Amino acid sequence: MTATIEIDHLHVVRGNRTVIEDLSLDVVPGRVTGLLGPSGCGKSTLMRAIVGVQVVAGGSVRILGRDAGTPSLRHEIGYLTQVPSVYGDLTVTENLRYFAAVTGSPEERVGEVLAQVALQDAAGQIVHSLSGGQRTRVSLATTLLNRPTVLVLDEPTVGLDPILRADLWQSFRELTDGGATLLVSSHSMEEASECDDLLLMRDGAILAATTPDELRERTGENDLSRAFLAIIRGSEA
Amino acid sequence: MIATARRVLWQIRRDRRTIALLLGVPVGLLALLRYVFDSRLFIFQDVGAPMCGLFPFILMFLITSIAMLRERTSGTLERLMSLPISKPALLGGYAIAFGVLAAVQAAIVCTVGFTLLGLNADHGAWLVGVLAIGNALLGMALGLFASAFARTEFQAVQFMPAVVFPQLLLCGLFAPRGAMARPLQDVAYAFPLTYAFDALRRATNPGPLGGTVVLDVAVVIGATIAALGLGAATLRRRTP
Repeated sequence: MTATIEIDHLHVVRGNRTVIEDLSLDVVPGRVTGLLGPSGCGKSTLMRAIVGVQVVAGGSVRILGRDAGTPSLRHEIGYLTQVPSVYGDLTVTENLRYFAAVTGSPEERVGEVLAQVALQDAAGQIVHSLSGGQRTRVSLATTLLNRPTVLVLDEPTVGLDPILRADLWQSFRELTDGGATLLVSSHSMEEASECDDLLLMRDGAILAATTPDELRERTGENDLSRAFLAIIRGSEA
Repeated sequence: MIATARRVLWQIRRDRRTIALLLGVPVGLLALLRYVFDSRLFIFQDVGAPMCGLFPFILMFLITSIAMLRERTSGTLERLMSLPISKPALLGGYAIAFGVLAAVQAAIVCTVGFTLLGLNADHGAWLVGVLAIGNALLGMALGLFASAFARTEFQAVQFMPAVVFPQLLLCGLFAPRGAMARPLQDVAYAFPLTYAFDALRRATNPGPLGGTVVLDVAVVIGATIAALGLGAATLRRRTP
């Protein structure tokens, strides 16, 4: 089976700092792949490169067999930025209606995605007046409007309470059941057990491409945070 | 394009104070000018009449540079650039929304200026209004371009005096260009606002409009398109 996202020898320099050096990875279709690593390790930059909004210095990034940034991919990739990128001075519904128009999604999708992120009650509220977690969900809802086949979500569950977080993972599961491929980043290893595949990242490199079970087995640690630590120690040894 | 225009107008609609300032300030300033030149009303006519058509230029420059800067810094621009929206559609949306605002602003300031305050527009106040909308779009295009060079709103605001004031000073509004130092007269012809002013002066003064007014308008339109093109080039799909 061909990978949905194929990255070969990616090299990204921001300013005069090398953020990603010679990184290669594959993301398998129809699964939730977790991109885990500490803050500042290059997760967001990697995601920007996948979405095609990052200037890259070398290597290739291909999504669904096409080079990242190819115009036709803009219809098929949903991208959640780390900082919610919605208009603070519009209501939730107005934001969704605008992004629906931009992505060519029918108006009835607005109500559907609102339900998906459990924000029906806040539909008429100005985004500025919402909490951080709610804003993230508005932003997430805008990425779901046109039913993208590939979803690149940069820390979608940060700042959410445990119940909402569980609900969101449930809806991610439903998306993959519907055939979508998800790449979800997080700096918290707590989320790792929710993923099908794991990419452990540190200092701009992928330390391990594995699954939660394989990681436990390989390190002999039951706790995934400790397992990640063991991988880091192993790579430094 | 329409979607973006609607969205920009939605944003502004909610900001009542901005609307009040946008529509009230030009009228207030014009009335102030009227009474500053209370005993020399011919000066008010010379300065005030073309000014009706220049206000939208100044304000749209400012509003666009801030609105675009916000779009850049809030991450919404990056988001839009990852979506299937073309740059001309985005810029066109802004142009329509701000064009609508400029039309309302110009209608109010022209109505007050040419009726209540007693200004004369020999070729019709409507012509001043139409020119004002064109000038507003020029201001918008320059503001869009300027916003690419500002990282903060403080910087964006400073571009107003840097880009707009020299053009206002040299266009002939405050002193006839013929009375300026020779090099300044030449420099003035490099600025689009000079042509905008000339068109407005011809529209508000007695005597035939002449063919040059068409040339003036063409220069303003050309400069607007050029600035929009430069502005579009600053909207990058990929950023470092």
